[in-house]
Amino acid sequence: MNLIPTGGSGERKATLRPKIARLGGVLAVGVALTVGLAACGGGGTEAEGGGGGSAAPSTLKIGFMGDLSGENSGIVIPPSNGAQLAVDEYNATNPAVKVEMIKYDSRADATTAVSLTQKAVKDDKVVAMVGPAFSGESKQAVPVLEEAKIPNISASATNADLAKNGWKYWHRVVPNDGVQGPAIADFISGAAAAKKVFVVDDKSEYGKGIGDAVRAQLKSKGATVTDDALDPAATDYSSTVNKITSAAPDAVFFGGYYAGAGKLLKQLRDKGVKAKFFSGDGSLDKGIIEGAGAAQAEGALIGCPCRIPTAAETDEKVKKFATDYKAKFGADPLIYATEGYDAMTAFLKAIGAGATTPDAINEAIGKSDFQGISKQIKFDPTGEPSAKSIYMYQVKEGDIGLLGDTTTAQLG
Amino acid sequence: MFDNLLGSFWPYTIDGLIVGAIYGLVALGYTMVYGVLRLINFAHSEIFMIGTMGAAFVVMTLGITQPLTGLALVGGLFLMLLVGGLASAGSAVLLERIAYRPLRKRGASRLAALISAIGASLFLQELFALVIIPNLFDRPQQGRNQMGVARIMEKDVLFTVGGAQVRLDHIVIFVAAVGMMVLLDLLVNRTKIGRGIRATSQDPETAVLMGVDIDKIVRITFIIGGLMAGLAGALFILQFEVTKFSIGFLLGIKAFTAAVLGGIGNLRGALVGGLFLGLIENYGAAVFGSGWKDVIAFSVLILVLMFRPTGILGESLQQARA
Repeated sequence: MNLIPTGGSGERKATLRPKIARLGGVLAVGVALTVGLAACGGGGTEAEGGGGGSAAPSTLKIGFMGDLSGENSGIVIPPSNGAQLAVDEYNATNPAVKVEMIKYDSRADATTAVSLTQKAVKDDKVVAMVGPAFSGESKQAVPVLEEAKIPNISASATNADLAKNGWKYWHRVVPNDGVQGPAIADFISGAAAAKKVFVVDDKSEYGKGIGDAVRAQLKSKGATVTDDALDPAATDYSSTVNKITSAAPDAVFFGGYYAGAGKLLKQLRDKGVKAKFFSGDGSLDKGIIEGAGAAQAEGALIGCPCRIPTAAETDEKVKKFATDYKAKFGADPLIYATEGYDAMTAFLKAIGAGATTPDAINEAIGKSDFQGISKQIKFDPTGEPSAKSIYMYQVKEGDIGLLGDTTTAQLG
Repeated sequence: MFDNLLGSFWPYTIDGLIVGAIYGLVALGYTMVYGVLRLINFAHSEIFMIGTMGAAFVVMTLGITQPLTGLALVGGLFLMLLVGGLASAGSAVLLERIAYRPLRKRGASRLAALISAIGASLFLQELFALVIIPNLFDRPQQGRNQMGVARIMEKDVLFTVGGAQVRLDHIVIFVAAVGMMVLLDLLVNRTKIGRGIRATSQDPETAVLMGVDIDKIVRITFIIGGLMAGLAGALFILQFEVTKFSIGFLLGIKAFTAAVLGGIGNLRGALVGGLFLGLIENYGAAVFGSGWKDVIAFSVLILVLMFRPTGILGESLQQARA
């Protein structure tokens, strides 16, 4: 604390010397620790790399990361269940190498996601990872996986910029917001025939990304776009609602998650705004109906790159998935359940074909090409899926039903 | 830029007053506890959250699916306010008993009490997220999700003022909030208990010598502050119909700001600060966009404190009128 010595120069030297010695000691210990840790880390990866080649382990660990208990867990638990279902089905076939799925609850917090990823890589030694679920956490946590050379497939991170990082081990099984946003915008100006559109986003990595994509596409289609932003943690959106009231748009698009969407939709309808309400995949959860109230949510349209099994399913494969899922988890497969299953299946097919090291698995999934539940699973070199359909869903009588592909669906 | 504000001045004003009235009610708890104990009760935001949960529990237990009318509505509203208020007041008393009194008795520093407040705040949030919401509200594994609350009151427009819709629930909220504050002002300024509160806030030692039971006064202060937060919680449910375990966080910060803005320790200041903050937020959002709402509100706070460091109405009304 006391930086200016009060005593004479002799006294100063006397007090300084032990301090320097102590400081030196601390530094030495610090350096030793760092070197030691580095040595351990290096040794660990080497041993693992060598072990994979000689004797294949009997069980491999695959991680699943996402917000499993937080605010937006409603769109992460279904893919987690889907992935678990894929693992259980795979293990039931008595393969040479079994797989264990380890869940990491990041609560959608980037800092937590990074530390959990480090834990997954260093302590648990996972060979692959499904997730991270959201775009914000992916941006921070994927570099850790990339550095450790662990292949990862996200079932739900849709921010377009993620594919532009040059990541070699990163993939996703959903088309990005750059595809989703314009597809929804085309639907708004096409099937819904809206000329004046009000676009609100929640300032999040995902919400602003998809909001901007919708804004740009709408403008290119000649629609008038006005906009505003809101705080998803707040409850009072009256200033945004007032802005929408005075803009009197034909349609409102909200870029963000269902918690914010529900509150906004309720306050809009209560103020008498009748404009059609659109949102993206972040809002595709029954939470939007609970937040807005069934009467207020009626007719809301939600786009999604995901394929959710519906009651009137005709595809046999999807039907069987829905039955198995319900039997196991006691709930209908909701958003990203099929995608979680497909992401895990890509890894399992690679492991089943004899790949046991992260690098071998990464190489194998790069070449994967099979008919998944949600779509044809095939990745282009950046990690993006080759199939790019976006689906439109609508709230009807307190339930969310599939309307169809955005390019062909019609509003009733 | 200002077209938007001028074009719909009244809608922004009405909405600002509604949310401002709720800020004011919650701010009372901060300001009273500060006035008596010179302590910022950071767990007060959770006391508000408990009020919203109490009101939500009433709506759930009554099994309301359609909005009520007539006498049933009056009874329903009364029950919501009663249960919300009691839940909050009860928790506030427990909070004081467990988190503050032991420290106060042992003469711990105010900073220790502040840490204790933050701890209590985190404890209460997690208690609701992990235990109470999953069990009492029957939502296993969804303790952190937002809960929708059924509509208890039809939101029909009564009349319009300059394009602004005024609904019955707006009037209920505003009248209830301002009414409670007037009652509280009378209580503090006209009754024996009020005199005790004022005496304690001026000079605790002398108050003890004059026969004031400090523990009782502190308990009453927490009861009143909790009651007001609980009523605010019930009114919040009436207006927004959602709650969750962390609903108090943002609102608590705003209410604390309102208390400082009006002059902390000053009851009337809490109301003035709350309404002022509600209006400024909405006007700011109208001019600069809703993304700037909080930035505007806090910039105004700094400006006000630069010119009036003790807040709009000054720090302690109790002292001025003693």
